[in-house]
Amino acid sequence: MGGGSAASLPPGVNAAVPMQDIMPPVKPKKGVIGFLRRNPTIAIGGFLVLLMVCIAIFAPFLFTKDPTALAPALRTREPSARFWFGSDMLGRDIYSRVLYGARVSLTVGFAVAICASAIGLFIGLVSGFIRVADSIIMRIMDGMMSIPSILLAIALMALTRGSVGNVVLAITVAEIPRVSRLVRGVVLSLREQPYVDAAVASGTRTPMIIIRHILPNTLAPLTVQATYICASAMITEAILSFIGAGTPPIIPSWGNIMAEGRALWQVKPYIVFFPAIFLSITVLAVNLLGDGLRDALDPRMAKRL
Amino acid sequence: MFAYVVRRVLATIPVMAIVALFVFSLLYIAPGDPAAVIAGDQATPDDVERIRASLGLDRPYLVRFGAWVWDIMRGDLGVSIFTNLPVSTMIRQRIEPTLSLMVVTLILAVSIAVPMGVVAAWRQGTWIDRAVMAFAVLGFSVPVFVVGYVLAYFFALEWDLLPVQGYTPFARGFWPWLENLILPAIALGSVYIALIARITRATMLEVLQQDYIRTARAKGLNQGGILFLHALKNAAVPIITVIGIGIALLIGGAVVTESVFAIPGLGRLTVDAILRRDYPVIQGVVLLFSFVYVLVNLAIDLAYTLFDPRIRY
Amino acid sequence: MALLEIEALQTHFRTPDGINRAVDGVSFHVNAGETLAIVGESGCGKSVTAMSILRLIPEPPGKIAGAIRFNGRNLLEASDKEMRAIRGNEISMIFQEPMTSLNPVLTVGRQIGETLRLHQGLSAQAAEDRAVEMLNLVGIPEAKRRVREYPHQLSGGMRQRVMIAIALACNPKLLIADEPTTALDVTIQAQILDLMRDLKHRVGAAIVLITHDLGVVAEVAERVVVMYAGKKVEEAPVHALFNSPRHPYTQGLLGSVPKLGSSLTGEATRLAEIPGLVPSLKQKIPGCVFASRCPHATELCTAVAPALEEKALGHVAACHYALREGALAA
Repeated sequence: MGGGSAASLPPGVNAAVPMQDIMPPVKPKKGVIGFLRRNPTIAIGGFLVLLMVCIAIFAPFLFTKDPTALAPALRTREPSARFWFGSDMLGRDIYSRVLYGARVSLTVGFAVAICASAIGLFIGLVSGFIRVADSIIMRIMDGMMSIPSILLAIALMALTRGSVGNVVLAITVAEIPRVSRLVRGVVLSLREQPYVDAAVASGTRTPMIIIRHILPNTLAPLTVQATYICASAMITEAILSFIGAGTPPIIPSWGNIMAEGRALWQVKPYIVFFPAIFLSITVLAVNLLGDGLRDALDPRMAKRL
Repeated sequence: MFAYVVRRVLATIPVMAIVALFVFSLLYIAPGDPAAVIAGDQATPDDVERIRASLGLDRPYLVRFGAWVWDIMRGDLGVSIFTNLPVSTMIRQRIEPTLSLMVVTLILAVSIAVPMGVVAAWRQGTWIDRAVMAFAVLGFSVPVFVVGYVLAYFFALEWDLLPVQGYTPFARGFWPWLENLILPAIALGSVYIALIARITRATMLEVLQQDYIRTARAKGLNQGGILFLHALKNAAVPIITVIGIGIALLIGGAVVTESVFAIPGLGRLTVDAILRRDYPVIQGVVLLFSFVYVLVNLAIDLAYTLFDPRIRY
Repeated sequence: MALLEIEALQTHFRTPDGINRAVDGVSFHVNAGETLAIVGESGCGKSVTAMSILRLIPEPPGKIAGAIRFNGRNLLEASDKEMRAIRGNEISMIFQEPMTSLNPVLTVGRQIGETLRLHQGLSAQAAEDRAVEMLNLVGIPEAKRRVREYPHQLSGGMRQRVMIAIALACNPKLLIADEPTTALDVTIQAQILDLMRDLKHRVGAAIVLITHDLGVVAEVAERVVVMYAGKKVEEAPVHALFNSPRHPYTQGLLGSVPKLGSSLTGEATRLAEIPGLVPSLKQKIPGCVFASRCPHATELCTAVAPALEEKALGHVAACHYALREGALAA
């Protein structure tokens, strides 16, 4: 190191012996590749979610048959060239049913995530800004949160006719309290912030404060929460269908396919196996995406959970 | 302290009242005519009217609610539409398997998950940590019935180590009872283990950064003493809080697990009630589970002071 | 032979954006019963040096190299088990933050007794009795009651006394005190310093005192090591250092930097303040580490790192322009 060898130094000047590094150098990773490499969960989760969305959209073109076509002569066939994933008790092609089933799961997952976030955001904002409403709303939310969400959805489904819309509604109701609490928490903590205080003091109107200060800060945690809600909604949908309280049996959802395979699972495990794999992978993908988003959006929160 | 306990117990009353009001009101806020839905598609108008009357839907809302709450306080949860038995009797007959399943799962999950989370936090960034985190994500992602089927397929059908299905009452011996519960408990516990392991790891990571952990290390304590005495005791409050909140997962999962493993508990009762559209039974079970959930979390709240001397009431 | 000999100590940390060379080639020694102070601004590597001695640096992301000889034995080669037998027993440590350095969920008595049970194999009862003795020794009244209390029931000064009791419980040969008084009120600071001095005479331990407070140094230390940016820049007996500091950084710390142009601007002479910031330790600095802030820096300083040279008896400094006679040549 230094400016030159010892010989070239002026007389009387002693150079320190340079220290060697004791560990190999660090190469910082930058750019899109670096981002994906530092957040592998976003890359993997995002890819798998995209894949499932493509499968759902393009199901008719992926060598499928009519998922509801009955073939009583070809019941419970093992997986083969004709029935890639086998056939069920009514001779329907499980491969086609599983691919079309992606539509139901993803629809329910995304719809619940969007509805619950939107309604929860609204309730949370009202609760965070209107003191009078707050205690009443939060009492109700506490009460709702005390009912285990699957039971709440079951109770709601027992009172309505099975349809995809009603399933979405039932699961959404069960998820709203959590979102409201989250948003309310953010609002209350932001209201303590000096710059929000300043905005209030300088006469900024509440809608402006919400748009300028509250919403931008709510977006990150809400997105992460919505991802987790999407994942848990897909599981809840499958559970509801599996126990006969979900989508009507005629619709090929993953829960329904498994419910139909239930009686035969000891002898024909593949009927349960294929939808189970698809469901698990999809939920896993969404959860990975959620974890990755949380780590990337909120480094402080990343350490928790 | 005593005053706090009283206040805290009293505070759960409004929560329970709202749970009751909510469960009761579902009948009224559900879209469509619940009487017609419950009666089913083949029902005659007479059937629908009969069900409407038995659910009390023909009477004014508040009158009906008052009578219903009064009944509940006396332990009367109504009468099943299908069996005509009191719901409370039906629940009493089915409670043992569910209670057994949940207790075994709770013990199993806590004793697996907490050490897992502790070790993951201690070895943060290593393959052990990654494995625990991967397991946690999987636990959240694979639905309980899928875990149940996979476990039953291998451990019961292929390797014949444990019974496939069913339940043996505790009265017939500890081992036969436990044997039947191991697979369901693992299946039901997978999400719960994932949840507890994750919060344990996260809390421990935070605690391990604290100055008093450095002090403990400077004293010459070994890793075990640091992790399980100095750190874990400090991490206890968030962990037991999540253990309490997570009981909701156990309750929801029990319904499904009992179906997979043919355990004749409250979950089966619920599923059968759904298929028969036996709403009073569903209402009773939901109410019972919710109250249990509220009370367990109350107990946990009150137990905080055992773990943290700084918490004083 | 010195009690503690540190030779070319390097403690580096791996971070996402480069290697942090927190300590980079520091050597010094501590004699038995002596008090050595290590001074410098925050972020200069003092605390990391202290933590490295007991190997309390998490590895990874950290790594320690060089040699730390305690009674002639290189601690960097000791096993984990051997290190644990030394920590809290032969070498113990007091930390800066008395409010957070005690475990909030364990009683004071348990935290003092723990080391005794661990290193001296005392029974629970004997350890508690000794804990009461220790609390008396460090001047905590009602020791019998206090041993059963939790840290949050004690004041900051009391907690630091408890920390000292823990550190001295096993009669260590070396006590490392990392900013022991910084977080305390001035009056409490003086009490704690008195206590440390008093106990040092009674126990006979050597002390490594880490501080940025030169007043504390003048009061208790016999020799001083000045650190800057992970390096030792000067070392001298305490009087020599205060009377004739050789390194411009030390002069800056002592507030004796000639204020060029201060008479022109009419600016009042301010208390010891060195303009600029400690350089990032993630970049290698080719020349003198202090060159970027040094009022006397020349091209030679930015190009060639100065070696540590003995400028007077027992007085070394790493500066090209610090002459043996004292004043700066430049």
